[in-house]
Amino acid sequence: MKDTIMPLRDQRVTLAHGGGGKAMRDLIESVFTSVFNPPGMEDQARLMDARLQEPGARLAFTTDSFVVTPVEFPGGDIGKIAVCGTVNDLAVGGAKPLWLSASFIIEEGCEVALLRRLVASMAREAAKAGVRIVTGDTKVVNRGACDTVYITTAGVGVIPPGRDLDARSIRPGDVAIVNHVLGDHGAAILAARGDLMLSTDLESDCQSLGHLMEALIAAAPGTKAARDATRGGLASTLNEMAEAAGCSVELDEIALPLRPEVKGVCEILGLDPLYLANEGTLVVFVPEAEAQAALAAMRAMPEGQGACIIGRAVPKAHVPVTLRTAFGGTRIVDMLVGEQLPRIC
Amino acid sequence: MRYVEEFRDPKAAKILIAAIARVADQIGATREKPVHIMEICGGHTHAIFRYGLDKLVHEGIEFIHGPGCPVCVLPMSRVDDCVTIAERPGVIFTTFGDAMRVPGTRKSLIQAKAEGADIRMVYSPLDALELARRNPGREVVFFGLGFETTTPSTALSIQQAAREGLTNFSVFCNHITVPEPIKALLDDPHMVLDGFVGPGHVSMVIGVHPYDFIAKDYGKPIVVAGFEPIDLLQSVLMVLEQIRDGKAEVQNQYARVVPEHGNPISLAAIADVYERRPRFAWRGLGEIDASGLRIREKYLAWDAETKFGIGYAASPDDEPEGCECAAVMTGRMKPTACPQFGRGCKPETPLGALMVSSEGACAAYWTYGGSRVAAE
Repeated sequence: MKDTIMPLRDQRVTLAHGGGGKAMRDLIESVFTSVFNPPGMEDQARLMDARLQEPGARLAFTTDSFVVTPVEFPGGDIGKIAVCGTVNDLAVGGAKPLWLSASFIIEEGCEVALLRRLVASMAREAAKAGVRIVTGDTKVVNRGACDTVYITTAGVGVIPPGRDLDARSIRPGDVAIVNHVLGDHGAAILAARGDLMLSTDLESDCQSLGHLMEALIAAAPGTKAARDATRGGLASTLNEMAEAAGCSVELDEIALPLRPEVKGVCEILGLDPLYLANEGTLVVFVPEAEAQAALAAMRAMPEGQGACIIGRAVPKAHVPVTLRTAFGGTRIVDMLVGEQLPRIC
Repeated sequence: MRYVEEFRDPKAAKILIAAIARVADQIGATREKPVHIMEICGGHTHAIFRYGLDKLVHEGIEFIHGPGCPVCVLPMSRVDDCVTIAERPGVIFTTFGDAMRVPGTRKSLIQAKAEGADIRMVYSPLDALELARRNPGREVVFFGLGFETTTPSTALSIQQAAREGLTNFSVFCNHITVPEPIKALLDDPHMVLDGFVGPGHVSMVIGVHPYDFIAKDYGKPIVVAGFEPIDLLQSVLMVLEQIRDGKAEVQNQYARVVPEHGNPISLAAIADVYERRPRFAWRGLGEIDASGLRIREKYLAWDAETKFGIGYAASPDDEPEGCECAAVMTGRMKPTACPQFGRGCKPETPLGALMVSSEGACAAYWTYGGSRVAAE
């Protein structure tokens, strides 16, 4: 870190902060690098980790962009999501997350105080997840060209030798487990947008899942594959996994963990909670023999207290995912077409 | 969720399913000679498939999916009119979410939005009214769509705009009514229906008596039903018992919500703001007399048809080649029997009316797999 940081006097970001000159340097140093504290001040991060040198270790690399309205919401903000989302993409693939990059597209007029809050939130979540934000970029665009701020993070992690989580290894009989109630993030965001005038206590489930994955794999070494059920919700994630696996998945409606508030929001809007986005909820397939060990290990962690079995892999049927209803009927759980739209009546 | 979970109780459902089977056997209903029951409302269609009720009830009961999905029956030319209005400079076009994807002959509203039209999803016409207040320099148009369930709220928004003297708000009125298409279906010589499950939320507004003609003039039973699985199963049982006992009555299963004579405040607002059109076009059914509403003369200042010089096109649309929506809607054909089902016509690329909204019969078949499961 530099010894002295000029306090940024501006209250709002102007196009000058994107001009490549002194104003930009002041913004970057005062708001970003003073908090993220990256190693060295070159335009690239130069990194070493002993785990990468183990024979058979593999590098995992992923990226994700984040656009959320509103940028701050109950349970998180776009900064926290930008860290959790990329950490989770690494973690569910079996990687230990190590380093992140963070790039910001900032709308002219964005409050500097808001940026500071987002950066603090990112630093907090990164520390919690055990990753460092080591490089980044900022751009400022004209008012109206983006919505307040967009963040892109890329992440690098290391997959230990011998670990190979892959949806293609899922077999009939494997058990599907989730760590958390479904749909909290999607429902909280809908409520937070305010145009529904819904008043709920719902909070986004936004959380990093790296530590949970490590505990899970330690307890259930036969773990087949995991995914975080973000956009498109559990339904879309399971469809992708089933298609990759070459088998089908049968869910049990009674077993699906849902908060009454989420059910309520969905009832009012005609939405299906299986399609609501999550930001800290994963679905994992483990062999039946390891299911109880996996559940116990997950429930011992704060991120996994709500862990429960929601269904299982079955031999390939004509559709990837079905749901056994509370009445004993069966229905297809399809991929979402476009976006879920609230129904007229 | 109180007042919801009770009506999804699997134990109660089992008892009702067993009772339905008993009465169906008493009537002599079989897979080959089924009793045809039409659920009029798209919300009922959706619930039947969501809970798999079609597969749980006696095999001698066949659900025919009625025309009660307002998004599905909207003529393509009216979607074209929406796009035309929305593309006018200065217009903010507001709509319920599920109308966004309905194809017009040129494009859907979601495509028009991508091309730059200012189209916004709202949850109520009152949201559109608020937009008009906050944007005095813009013309805010609300896409008034739906049956008697949504008609009153549109009426109230027009009355409110009139009271406030809000001149930059108007409604593109496509409201339609339930009893008239039912009469048209009953007059169809191909009709095979034995009884009806009536839309509960419509009756919450209009009461149960507008359906008297179904029982009196056509001798068919109708039960006004709620939207939970227990409601639907009980209503099917009530229809079957009427058939068994040789009765044809209008019965109210949804009495916890539906007053016999409807909601007088809503009815007064409807009567104040709208009058009947001589006829209105329905996708799949053609033109039906007195089945649509338009805004009365005293509120023409808030009528988008008047403001934008858009007339009602007299002829219904030509359905795309091979589309059998009309046959499906009159109960002559199952969605899966349509040559386009799942081939040319899917939810992501709907050809016909019934694949458009999640409440359309074909979309429900596709989404929940009623017969994608059976057929494959």
